[in-house]
Amino acid sequence: MDELVKEIKKANQRAGVENGEAVGTVAAQSVGEPGTQMTMRTFHYAGVAELNVTLGLPRLIEIVDARKKISTPTMGIYFDEEYSADEEFVRRIANRIGKIILNDILKDFNVNYANMNLSIEIDEEKIADKRLDYDEIIAKIEKAFKKVDIDKNLLSFEPTISDPKHAIRELRLLADKVRDLQISGVKNIGKVVIRKEGPEWAIHTEGSNLGAVLKMEGVNKTRTSTNDIHEVEKVLGVEAARNAIIHEAQSTMEEQGLTVDVRHIMLVADMMTADGKVKSIGRHGISGEKASVLARASFEETGKHLLRASIRGEVDHLTGIIENIIIGQPIPLGTGSVGVVMKDKK
Amino acid sequence: MKGILKKISEIDFGLMSPENIRKMSVTKIVTPDTYDEDGYPIEAGLMDPRLGVIDPGLRCRSCGSKGGDCQGHFGHINLARPVIHVGFADTIHKILRSTCKDCGQVLLTESEKVDYKEKIETLIRNEESITGIIKEIYAVARRDKCPSCGEEQEDVKIDKPVSIVEGNYKLTASEVRERLEAIPEDDYVYVGINHEVAKPEWMVLTVLPVPPVTVRPSITLETGERSEDDLTHKLVDILRINQRLKENMEAGAPQLIVEDLWELLQYHVTTYFDNEASGVPPARHRSGRPLKTLAQRLKGKEGRFRSNLSGKRVNFSARTVISPDPNISINEVGVPEMIATEVTVPVFVTEWNIEKMKEYIMNGPKKHPGANYVIRPDDRKIRVYDETKETVIEKLEPGFVVERHLMDGDVVLFNRQPSLHRMSMMAHEVKVLPYKTFRLNLCVCPPYNADFDGDEMNMHVFQTEESRAEAKSLMRVQEHILSPRFGGPIIGGIHDHISGAYLLTREGSVFSEEDVFQMVKRARMPLPKATGEDWTGKQVFSLLLPNDLNMVYRAEICRKCDECLKLECKNDAYVVIENGQIKSGAMDEKAYGAFSGKILDSIVKEYGTDKAREFLDTSTKLAIAGIMKRGFTTSTADEEIPKEAKDRIEQLLANAEQKVEQLIEAYHNEELEALPGRSLRETLEMKIMQVLGEARDKSGEIAESYFGMENHAVIMALTGARGSMLNLTQIAACVGQQSVRGGRIERGYSNRTLPHFYVGEMGAKASGFVHSSYKKGLDP
Repeated sequence: MDELVKEIKKANQRAGVENGEAVGTVAAQSVGEPGTQMTMRTFHYAGVAELNVTLGLPRLIEIVDARKKISTPTMGIYFDEEYSADEEFVRRIANRIGKIILNDILKDFNVNYANMNLSIEIDEEKIADKRLDYDEIIAKIEKAFKKVDIDKNLLSFEPTISDPKHAIRELRLLADKVRDLQISGVKNIGKVVIRKEGPEWAIHTEGSNLGAVLKMEGVNKTRTSTNDIHEVEKVLGVEAARNAIIHEAQSTMEEQGLTVDVRHIMLVADMMTADGKVKSIGRHGISGEKASVLARASFEETGKHLLRASIRGEVDHLTGIIENIIIGQPIPLGTGSVGVVMKDKK
Repeated sequence: MKGILKKISEIDFGLMSPENIRKMSVTKIVTPDTYDEDGYPIEAGLMDPRLGVIDPGLRCRSCGSKGGDCQGHFGHINLARPVIHVGFADTIHKILRSTCKDCGQVLLTESEKVDYKEKIETLIRNEESITGIIKEIYAVARRDKCPSCGEEQEDVKIDKPVSIVEGNYKLTASEVRERLEAIPEDDYVYVGINHEVAKPEWMVLTVLPVPPVTVRPSITLETGERSEDDLTHKLVDILRINQRLKENMEAGAPQLIVEDLWELLQYHVTTYFDNEASGVPPARHRSGRPLKTLAQRLKGKEGRFRSNLSGKRVNFSARTVISPDPNISINEVGVPEMIATEVTVPVFVTEWNIEKMKEYIMNGPKKHPGANYVIRPDDRKIRVYDETKETVIEKLEPGFVVERHLMDGDVVLFNRQPSLHRMSMMAHEVKVLPYKTFRLNLCVCPPYNADFDGDEMNMHVFQTEESRAEAKSLMRVQEHILSPRFGGPIIGGIHDHISGAYLLTREGSVFSEEDVFQMVKRARMPLPKATGEDWTGKQVFSLLLPNDLNMVYRAEICRKCDECLKLECKNDAYVVIENGQIKSGAMDEKAYGAFSGKILDSIVKEYGTDKAREFLDTSTKLAIAGIMKRGFTTSTADEEIPKEAKDRIEQLLANAEQKVEQLIEAYHNEELEALPGRSLRETLEMKIMQVLGEARDKSGEIAESYFGMENHAVIMALTGARGSMLNLTQIAACVGQQSVRGGRIERGYSNRTLPHFYVGEMGAKASGFVHSSYKKGLDP
């Protein structure tokens, strides 16, 4: 047994990273090298065929840049056990989340130029199909439009005409407004798709609003996720954002058929979140905050950094790699990070 | 390596005061001319000999050292009127905006001052950036009224690049300077100025330092004409205007003229610092090319920082075309003799190696293990010529350094661009070979991503013992068999190594003892005991494996059957190795191929890199020996399928096309039901893609069913040596749907892809479904 422990200890030690190893460089290379092979192929749709999600290199760039507005935010919503198999319940939630406009539930829509009004007919079947509530809809309509006549399913609207010359235009504008009236849905979320995944039902969305969705009843709080890292940070904190970065980057790479050890991505994610908020990699994030003037000057905006350093009276302590390369000294890394000290005899 | 090495421990940045500039200057520059008619530099001109010398042979008038040794000395120009430094124009603007026009104090209340001071001091103590907080102060201190003296403030605006406007009045540089002078030293902190190294008024120049000639050397053209550096041109401009301004001022010229000249001076100084500053037209050379001034010299990829400081050119390197050599170890690199006699290794002469060194010098600079230079202890470098070598040998004694030719066993750095990861630069041992290309083992192609279609690679020779030792223990090829990216091997067998190993070890592969011994000898393995019986290929390969290796895995040829038959696998894909003997399964890419070799992986991890290198060297050679015994070739005949198969494929594709027609019809009749979240058209496209994709796969399957494991092309595809089954079926059966951006092709002519289709046709063929095979020829 002792023998075994010893062997395992040895194997573990052999597998470990040595002191002074340039882990950051290795991580950068590990992520960057396959990046060159990544093509702009974005035609493999991930999982949900109905939703279009950015993939491949553009997505990876988006992640490391920590973009505030990502091009295709999406959510995967899962449910607690007692509801997950309940299609009816899931459909109801889906309709509460997904954006539905008045146009989706109309049976008939008429612009009457003679009477200068609009008349619409609401389709009760569609309301039932979408599990909406008639009264709620009417309330919403009444709130949004003042001049409205409600006769059960038949509604007629009148435009507020300020200038008779533009009456027809006003009427048309009103028509668009009426049609686009949002009667249900969570802010920032557009289309939703309901899918059966194994025994359970799940919702995938276009657009994302983690905070609002998590507050809903029946939604599984641990499995529901979004691909918007800033939103994860806002709702769940940096630790969660770190995990989100790891997960998103890893799945983007895997999707392209590239194998990169998680630990490299973890290091990148740690770097990005170490300060308690998500920072980007690059001029505005990590590289721009380097302590060394020379390192910053050699990266980008050379003049700006040198000039600023001079009035601030900055001091470069030459502790980094680039600085020492620039001035031609051994770099403090790997074998360069150790020195020899002579011990006095006696 | 001698003398005490000094180490730079830090670099301080700061502004230069006018006094400082004058103090470091060796001369005042007044004349805008450079040389007189005789070609001698003019005193107090821009080429003043006191600014340093560049021509070798001349002595510097300031320091007395010879040309090349003198790094030059600064001069200075006294500007007739102060001028704003472009780089600081923005800062000046912000400072003026946040200080009082009357008393010069920062427009902050007392409590704010205390608050910010503490914050800034904490940040500085923690060595963090104060940029954020300074920005905040700039915003807060934009007040209409001075909190300390009550003076009303006017809005200060900046008119790019350097004009500062207060209200409607444009401040002159002198006025700006006066304002900045008025700021009390205690208030410097709040505007981001470190009082120890800078004063705000120093951002307005009264004296301009003139860089030494070494910084702006003039080039003498072949015609004898002298061509001055861009900076010199700019300085001439500055001097000329400065001179005129001074004369005009002394003559009491009208205010208007003085101001115009002042503005012109400002323009020249601005472009002298930065010729790309926004808002100013760049100063141009006579030919119309914009001048390259100070900021341009530092900036960007070709600038000083990235091109000369972060990256440098080196000696002792070589570059040539690469070609393969399966006979050298993965650790080695074949170096052409021509290169070996040119790049050298310095060797310190001692009593023990002096005889050897004499031998090298005797060989001279042309014969291979020779020497090119001898360095005496007093640092004099003596070139070895065939004529002088005897005298050099006579003088040679311990303490000298001999630069001898590259020899077998020397460690060199080998690199192929683009250097994407650390495996793009590895240390190899030299093997001097004839001809003119670098030779490398085929197994190291994957990490370098090299092939032999004309690729070139670079070699660097280490010049110190430390670097050699370090490279040998850290950068050797064998230390990099496992990639840090995914923890698996990145160096391993490729192409024929894999097909060879498969042919050798597949079920039913038997060799006569004579053949076996031939192969073993070829692979340079120790000869096994003769048994007098035939050998199976598995037994031969087992000779390579360590005796205590045990493992079980599924080979690349595994077809991923629904139920694994394990040992009874009919594809021989279930590999079992017991005590270093292959009990079942064939060797293929999963065994020792680059990227996925399992056996190689476990040998590296369990037995170390030496063993792994040995395994790779011998196993690849054995595989090549094996493939040569069996013979291996491929041609289009390999993709031939019988008529019956062709008919079946034809039938299948016809069906699929018909299905597509039906879908299109359904679409036109609006019978098609849209998928959720998709339009009708998109749904149609998706369905068609699905049908056609299926058709292609099915046709491939049909073709595949007629391919046997005797087919060499199939062997390559299935073992992972080269190509894929998809390639084969595309050649044999059907090429399939061509796609552009994930959809079917719809571009080309308006509403049709090619002119011989109907307008608006949507059928399979019309949108890029190729139903014939590469072999059959494309249609049309």
